[in-house]
This record gives sequence, structure tokens and C-alpha cells, in this order.
Amino acid sequence: MGIVGPNGAGKSTLIKACLELIPKASGRVTIYGEPYRKQRSLVGYVPQRESVDWDFPVSALDVVAMGTYRKLGWLRPVSKAQKELAKHAMDRLGVAHLANRQISQLSGGQQQRVFLARALVQDAQLYFMDEPFAAVDAATERAIVTLLHELKDQGKTCLVVHHDLATVAQYFDWVVLLNMRVVKAGPTEEIFTKENLKDTYGGRLALLEEAGQALRHAGNPGSYPGRSQQ
Amino acid sequence: MIRRCLTMSVFLLIACFATVAFASPFHDHNQAVSANRAFEALSNRGIDWPTASQIMRVATLQNYNTRLVVLSTTILGTASGLIGTFLLLRKRSLMGDALSHACLPGIGLMFMIMVALGGDGKYLPGLLLGATLTGAGGVVLVLMIRNTTRVKDDAAMGLVLSVMFGIGVAVLGMVQAMPDASAAGLEYFIYGKTASMVMQDFTLISAVAAAVTIMSLLLFKEFTLVCFDEGYASTQGWPVTWLDIAMLSLVTSVTVVGLQAVGLILIVAFLITPAAAARFWTENLKRMLLLSGMIGAISGWLGSSISALLPRLPAGAVIVVVAAVIFLVSMIFGSSRGVLLRVLARRRLNRKVGRQHLLRAVYELIESRKHPEMTDVANVAIGMDDLLHRRSWSRKQLEKLIRIAKHEDHIEYYNGKLLRLSEPGFGEAARITRNHRLWEMYLIKHADVAAAHVDRDADTVEHVLGAEMVRKLEIELVKRGQTLLVPPSPHTIITGA
Repeated sequence: MGIVGPNGAGKSTLIKACLELIPKASGRVTIYGEPYRKQRSLVGYVPQRESVDWDFPVSALDVVAMGTYRKLGWLRPVSKAQKELAKHAMDRLGVAHLANRQISQLSGGQQQRVFLARALVQDAQLYFMDEPFAAVDAATERAIVTLLHELKDQGKTCLVVHHDLATVAQYFDWVVLLNMRVVKAGPTEEIFTKENLKDTYGGRLALLEEAGQALRHAGNPGSYPGRSQQ
Repeated sequence: MIRRCLTMSVFLLIACFATVAFASPFHDHNQAVSANRAFEALSNRGIDWPTASQIMRVATLQNYNTRLVVLSTTILGTASGLIGTFLLLRKRSLMGDALSHACLPGIGLMFMIMVALGGDGKYLPGLLLGATLTGAGGVVLVLMIRNTTRVKDDAAMGLVLSVMFGIGVAVLGMVQAMPDASAAGLEYFIYGKTASMVMQDFTLISAVAAAVTIMSLLLFKEFTLVCFDEGYASTQGWPVTWLDIAMLSLVTSVTVVGLQAVGLILIVAFLITPAAAARFWTENLKRMLLLSGMIGAISGWLGSSISALLPRLPAGAVIVVVAAVIFLVSMIFGSSRGVLLRVLARRRLNRKVGRQHLLRAVYELIESRKHPEMTDVANVAIGMDDLLHRRSWSRKQLEKLIRIAKHEDHIEYYNGKLLRLSEPGFGEAARITRNHRLWEMYLIKHADVAAAHVDRDADTVEHVLGAEMVRKLEIELVKRGQTLLVPPSPHTIITGA
């Protein structure tokens, strides 16, 4: 499922709120009918690539092995079994040969694939991916699309924040059109129409945006309009 | 916004006022003492250089007191190097500074409380407890300012650091005015005074250092995850806040027990410098931890040993200087990201590029002079001026390149003024030209690079082409029916400047 919308529409915010990384203003998140906290092991998360410092002194394999930490539990060190799992996941994304590279020596696309492998190693049912296609090379894009299809065939769900409208119809079965509110959501062939896109990207929401800023301003006297809250 | 600024400035003003108001009655006295001390240091400039036997005595830890101090600082260095690594990677280096400065009010307050209760004001565990409490309070204050206002991390830390230190100085001033309480020695916590250490301190430092070491090794995996990607850690169900608290508690413990040894102003250097130095040597976190611990230990050992030999130099300062020297050496010579390594690598590449440019230019020049009916390129002699117009290099640069090439036996002089490729030079030049053109053709065919631009693009890559890549190129181009002799250039070669 693709989540599509203009800049500042709240695509990443939606995902982060679902994962309780930022507080929710309102609403409730259930995952397979239960609150998120109970279903954590079923959920895999691929953050935006820029969210971490790639100068960190770890190898690609170390990063992927982080996906096994939760199952491993407290205090127990990473052993051979976890490294095997990590290698396997890297193999699926075609980056196994880079396992021992320090992560700053990877290209952007390779870094993204390492992040995906880390989520993959967790063997979740539901994946949240924040802009995995942002600024990656063609080979990586193909690898990610293949992975998405494989995951779908295994009966898993991927929620992907996406930027490129041209490829939406090709990559996703379902789509959510988002601009500070859900404009439309449903099967891609029904929803992904010119009319709906105009609603999402058009200027109709100018008033809402203004109201939102006024609200933010009122709730937080220190802020000034145009500055997003983090 | 304005209101917040106002509140803050009022807060600051009160703090400053408090500092001055409480400290001023004893100001004269303090000033007299410090002036006295400064005078002593100035008038007595000679450093008593230690004799060889003195050095031996310190190095072999024969003196009881030296042994105590040197071992304590070594152990402390190990622990602070370890936990400092995580502090550095969590990008909280300044947090350690805010924390240590916030320890000072606690020491003074605890002294007052203990005296008021009729106990010994200088009971060390009590003082350290006070330091821990206000130190932790300082950290909480930083986090609160950051989370509830729009003041950024660095500003919040700077604010807490100076304000807490100010309050601390004020409290110490008050303490000294208390009747029937000898507060002398409390100011040692500011700069550290190893000479005042006793067995009890050694036991305390060792126990805390051991605990910190064990904890940071046990929580290695968890700390790594939180430092690298806290968002992901939290989605995985790791209690990020608690892990942060654990990390900062370990930092606090090291800071508090280190107060006596290095003092609260310098302890942050003891936490951060070893880790920062270790980063230059490795890309592997485990090795970095090990190295950082070792550098911390060496700084502690060497620093306190030197200080034991030169009693005029306080141990804390010497330890920090030793750590800084190790940092400097690491920065220059570091095997992973040292400056020297980079400079050398760049120089090597520049040299290689220069040599390849020269040989290719010569080859292309003699190729252009080939007789139309001959198939092979003949190795004819050329003039230096012709070569000068081939590329945008100055005469000086070209002369230098030729000198190097002559040294490498690639180019020889012919009849005095003319240049000619030597036998190995000719082979090398043909190989280089061939690689360049293979790469050009590959770019044109596979990367849709325009023929007019391809020379430039190939230029940036070809010098780093390994034998392996050249072989792949050959396979790729043979599949498309290319000949593998030096192919003709896919674009016209500009001959004049």
C-alpha cells in the first residue's frame, strides 16, 4: 500500500504516530485488532535513510543484525546464528557481499537496502517503510520492488511512503492519498485518478493549512508560523 | 517568546546576583589566598627535574601514595574511556560537562547538611552523594528545558552548566563562612587533587569503575542500538528512555568518583578525548571501545606518574594533556581516518593520475603522427612543446611529470632535446590509452554519455580502474564485437591548445 501526498502532508508523521514515535493528537491505532504495544513483534519499520548518522562505527552486517536484537532479548550478545540470519536477509536484497563494509562506505542505495534487510530479518507481518525509494539508484529500486512483491506473495503487508506519482500505479495495489487528512484511500485503480490527485495536491486546502498553523501557533506561543513541530 | 526570554533572563540575573552576593563577603579573603598562591607560583619558577631513580620509583610504583594515585587514575581512565565512547556516539559529549559542573552545588550543600546534623562535613561518601544528586538534577534540567521549550540542546547545556557552577561557587562561599566548620579542601573538587587520595578513595574508584565497565559491556548491544537509531530501537520495544538514563547514570558515576582525581572542570575531557582519539583508528565499535578504554588507562597512568614526578603540576591537568597528545597523534597518524593517511592516499592518486595523463598524452601524440598506411603505432620521438599543448598543464608541471617518468624509466631523452617512450614506457602508455578508450566506449554504449563529454567522464574514473574491472570491460565489449587492440578513439582528439 502506498501513502502518497505533497510535502508536509504528514506522510512520515502518520507512520511515526502509528509506531508511537511521536505523541498522537487524537485517534487510536490498532494493528490486527490489538493496540500497537501488544503487536510490536509483528511490525517492521524502515526509517528514512537520513534519520541516522551513517558515520557510525559499525559494519553493514552489524546494522542488519540489529533486526534480531528483540528476539535475542536483554544482555545476550549477537552470536553466529543471528549473523547467519542477517546474511540471509542481505542476500535477498543483493548486498551480502557488502556485509563487512563500514556503513559510511556504502552508496545511498546500498544503505537503503541494508535498512530493508534489517526490517526483513525480523520476519514481521506488517512493514512500515518511510520513503525507501528516495534518492536510490535504479538497481536498488528494482530490488525493493521485487522485495515488495515477494512480501505480498507471502501474505504480508507493506505500508510505503512514496513520492514518485509516476510509479504509484505500478508498485502498489492500494493507495492512501494524504494531505493533512486522508483525501482518499482504496484500491489503486479506483482511487488513483486525476480528479483525486487534484484534490490532494491542489490548492483547495489552503484554508485548512492556515487554520492548522493558527492552531499550532495558539497551542505553542513560542512557535511561529511555518515552523514544523518536531 | 518574549515572556520566556524574560523569565530566563530573570533566572540568570538571580543566579548571578546570588553568586556575587554570597561570595562577596569572603571575596577579599579568597582573593588574598589566591593571590598569595599565584605569587608563590610566579616567584618560584624552577621545576625540579626528577632524577632517574625517582622516575624508576614512580614507574615501578614503589611509593605507597604514588601507587594509590596511579592505579586509581588508570582504572578511572579505563571506565571513563568505555562509557565516554557511548556518550560520544550518542552525541551527548557536552552533557557530561553540564553534569560535572552541576555536581558542585551538591558538594557544598551536602557539607552544610552534614555539619548541621553534627557530623563530619567532609565525609566523602556523603559529599559524593550530594554531587550525584545535583549532577543528575542538572541533566534532568537540561532535558526539561529541551523538551518543554524551543531552546536547543547546546543552549540548554551551556545554560545549566554555567548556572549550576555559579550556584556551586556561591554555596562554597557560604560554606566557608560557616562557624566551627573547616571547609578547606572542598575546592579540590573543582580542579582535582590526587595527592589527597586515600585507600578509601581507591576502593571506591575501583568498585565504581568495575561496575561501569561490566555494565557497559553487558549493555553493549542495547547501547549501540540506541546510539545508532533510537527511533528503530523504540519500535522494537526497547525502553529508549531507560537505556538513556542507564547510560547517563554510568557517566554520572564515573564523573562523581573522578571529581577528586581530575576535578569537575576537566573530567569531561577524560570522558570524551579517549573515545574521540580511538575513532581515528578503527571503524569497528568493539575495537573502538577497547582502544578508548586503553587510551583512557594510559592517559591516567602516564598523567598521574608525570604529576608525581613534578609535584608542581596537578594530576588532573597533566592527565588531560596526555590524553590530548594521544588525540593529536591519533588525528594525524590514525590508521582508519587519520589526516596523514588521507593526505598520502591523495598524493599517491595524484601521482598516478599525473603519470597516466603524461603517458597517454605521449601515446596519443605519436599515434596522431602515425603514417596513414601503417597499422601499428611507431615509437617516434616528440618535442616537449607539442606535449605541452595536449593538456592544460603548465610547463613546470609537465617538466616535473617528465622527471618522475624518467625516474620510473618510462620516458627517455632522445638526441638531447626530444623525448621518447622507453620500451616499458611504450607498453605502459599503450595499456593506459587502451583502458581509457575501453572505458569511454563503455560509457558511450551503456551510460548514454555523449561522445563529446566522454573524455572528461572517463578521465575521472579510469585511474582507479583495477585489473578486475578492466577484464569485465573487455568481456562486455568483446560481446559486442570490439577488437581488443588499442581501439581508435571514439571522438576526435583535440591536438592544439
